[in-house]
Amino acid sequence: MRRAVAAAGLAALALLPWLPLGGAHLYYLHVLILIFTWAFVNTAWSLMGRFGLVSLGHGAFIGIGAYSAVLLWNFWRISPLIGGVVGVAGAAIVAVVIGYPCFRYRVVGHYFALVTLAVGEVVRLLIIAERDWTGGSLGVTLKDAAKDAGGFSLAALQFADKRVFYYIALAVWLGGLAVWRRVDRSMARSAMEAIGEDETAAACVGIPVTRFKLRITVLSAALCAVGGILYGQYVTYLNPETLAGIGVSLQVVFAAVLGGMYSLLGPTVGTAITIALAEYLRVAFGVKLLGMAETIYGLALILIIIFLPEGLYGTLRVLAIRRRATATAPGR
Amino acid sequence: MDAILIAESAVNGILLGGVLALLALGLNLIFGVVDIVWIAYVDLVMLGMYAVYWLVARFGWSVWLAGLAAVALMAALGVLVHLAIIAPILSSPPVNQLLATGGLLFFVQSFATFLFTTDHRSLRLALPTLQVAGMYVSFARLLAFGVSLLAMVGLYLFLTRTYMGTAMRAVSQDREAVALMGADTRRIYLVTSGIGGAMGGLAAVLLILQYSVHPHFGASFGPLTFMICVLGGLGSMPGAFVASFLMSEVISIGGIITSTEMAYVVAFVIFIAAIVVRPQGLLGRRA
Repeated sequence: MRRAVAAAGLAALALLPWLPLGGAHLYYLHVLILIFTWAFVNTAWSLMGRFGLVSLGHGAFIGIGAYSAVLLWNFWRISPLIGGVVGVAGAAIVAVVIGYPCFRYRVVGHYFALVTLAVGEVVRLLIIAERDWTGGSLGVTLKDAAKDAGGFSLAALQFADKRVFYYIALAVWLGGLAVWRRVDRSMARSAMEAIGEDETAAACVGIPVTRFKLRITVLSAALCAVGGILYGQYVTYLNPETLAGIGVSLQVVFAAVLGGMYSLLGPTVGTAITIALAEYLRVAFGVKLLGMAETIYGLALILIIIFLPEGLYGTLRVLAIRRRATATAPGR
Repeated sequence: MDAILIAESAVNGILLGGVLALLALGLNLIFGVVDIVWIAYVDLVMLGMYAVYWLVARFGWSVWLAGLAAVALMAALGVLVHLAIIAPILSSPPVNQLLATGGLLFFVQSFATFLFTTDHRSLRLALPTLQVAGMYVSFARLLAFGVSLLAMVGLYLFLTRTYMGTAMRAVSQDREAVALMGADTRRIYLVTSGIGGAMGGLAAVLLILQYSVHPHFGASFGPLTFMICVLGGLGSMPGAFVASFLMSEVISIGGIITSTEMAYVVAFVIFIAAIVVRPQGLLGRRA
C-alpha cells in the first residue's frame, strides 16, 4: 500500500516536466530543482544531526564542492565530472582533518558545534581572501561551455534545458534518501544511537566510537559537496555568503529541524516548506518585505524547538504510528 | 614592514580586546550560570546599537542618556529572552538549546533587516584621534577599553562581594546542590540574564561609537565572541579576558601583515587547534 503510494508519487514527479503548463512551467521546474537539491543537502546533514552530531558548518562542505568544480572548469577547462570528484574528495579530507581530532579527543555537544562553526567561517573567509582566484565577495560566474555544444554539454555539466537538471536533481535526491535508508537499517545506526546516548558506555561495550563518528561525518560531508556541485552547475553563480559560512549552514540546520531530522522525509518536507515560503513572499511582495521570510523561519524555529522537537513531519509521523497501533490493538 | 605600524596595530589590538572582552564576559556569565550558549547574543547587542542610534539621531538624546537607556533596555531584553525562550528548554538536550537560540539569531537579524533595512547607520561623532609616541590611537577605542576594564572590575566585585553574586557562582559550580540548599535558581537565572543583557547594552554603546550598525553586525562579531568564550574556557571569567586579548592581537597584527580575512582565518584555526588540544579552555576547569 505505502509502496504503491510512493511509486505513484514518483511517477507523477517524473512526468511533471512534460506537463504543458505554459510560461509558469519553467518557474515551477526551477523551484522544484532548488527543493530537490537542498532537500538532498539537508538530508545529508541530518545523517549526522540525528545522532547528536550537530554541525553548524556544513556550508564549508557545500562551498568546497561547488567552488572546486567551478574553478577547475573556469581556469583549466577540467570537466566538472572530474572537478566534482576533486570537490567531494576535498570535502571528505576536510571532514577527516577536523573530525578525527574532535572525535578522538571527545569534543562533543556545544564544543563540536562551535568547532564546525569555525570551520564554516574559515572556508568562507578563505574564499574571500583568495579573491584573485575565487572572485572574493563578488562571487564567481561559471564560464559557458563552447557554443557549438548547443546548450547541452555532458562533459561541462551544462544544460540549457531545465528538464535535464530536474531529472538530475530528482535522481540525486532519491539517492540521498536511499543512503539515509541504508544507514537507518544498518548496524551503524544502532552504534551511533548508543554513542549519542552515552559515549563512555558505548565504548565500554566495544563500539569503535571514533571510527563510527568519522564514517558518518565523511559520508555527510561528501554528500553535501555533491549537493554544492549540483547547485553551482545549475545556478552558474557562486557567492561565499550563500554557499559557505554561517548563513547557509544555519539554513541547512533549520530546514532539517523544521521538518524533523529523525525521519526519512523530514528534511525534505522542511526544505520544501522553507523554499516555498521564501519564493511565495518574494513573488508576492518583492523587496517590500525583505527579511520577512527569515523572520518567520526564526520564529518558527524557536517555537518548533520548544513545542515540537521532532519537527513538523516527524510529529505527524509519530502521531500516525501511534494511531495505527491503537487501531490494530482495540483491546487496549 | 614598519615597526611603528606593527606597534600601532598592537596597541589597537589591545583596545579592540577590551571591547571583545566586554562582549565575551556577558555571554560567558550567562553560559557559566545558566549553562546555555546564546548564539544570538551579539545580534541582541546589535539591537542595543540600533536603540542608541535611533535615540541619538532621531530623538536628539545625548549619547550618555541614550547609552543609559540602551543598557536598561538590554537588561530587560535579556530577562525577556530568558523567560520566553530559555526557561522552557532548560532541561532539553544541549543541541536543542543551541538551535533555539540559533532561531533567535535568524529572527533578530531578519526582523532588523525588515524594520531598519540593510543600510549602514553611523552616529558620525567626531571623536578625536590621539597621537602617542608617533602612533595614532582612536579615542573611541580608548574609551571602550577603559569602560570595559571598569565593567569587568565591577562584575568581579559583584560576583565576589554580594550575596546574589555568591549565589550565582554557587549555581555555576553545582546547580542541583544549590537548588537543594533552598536557593531560588529561577531568580538567579533571571538576574544573570539581566546582567548579561546589561553588559551587552554597555558593549553596544561602546561599539556604536566606533562602528556603523547594520542588521548583519552580529555576523561579524558573533562567531569571534563564542570562540573567545570557548578558548578561555566557557564560564571562566579570567579565561575570557585573556582569550579576548589573544584573539584581538592576532586579528590586529595579522591584519596588518596579511589581510583582514587571513587574520581571521588564523584566529579561527588557532581556536580549532586549541579546543582539540585543550577542550576545557586556556584557564577553564575540566567539567
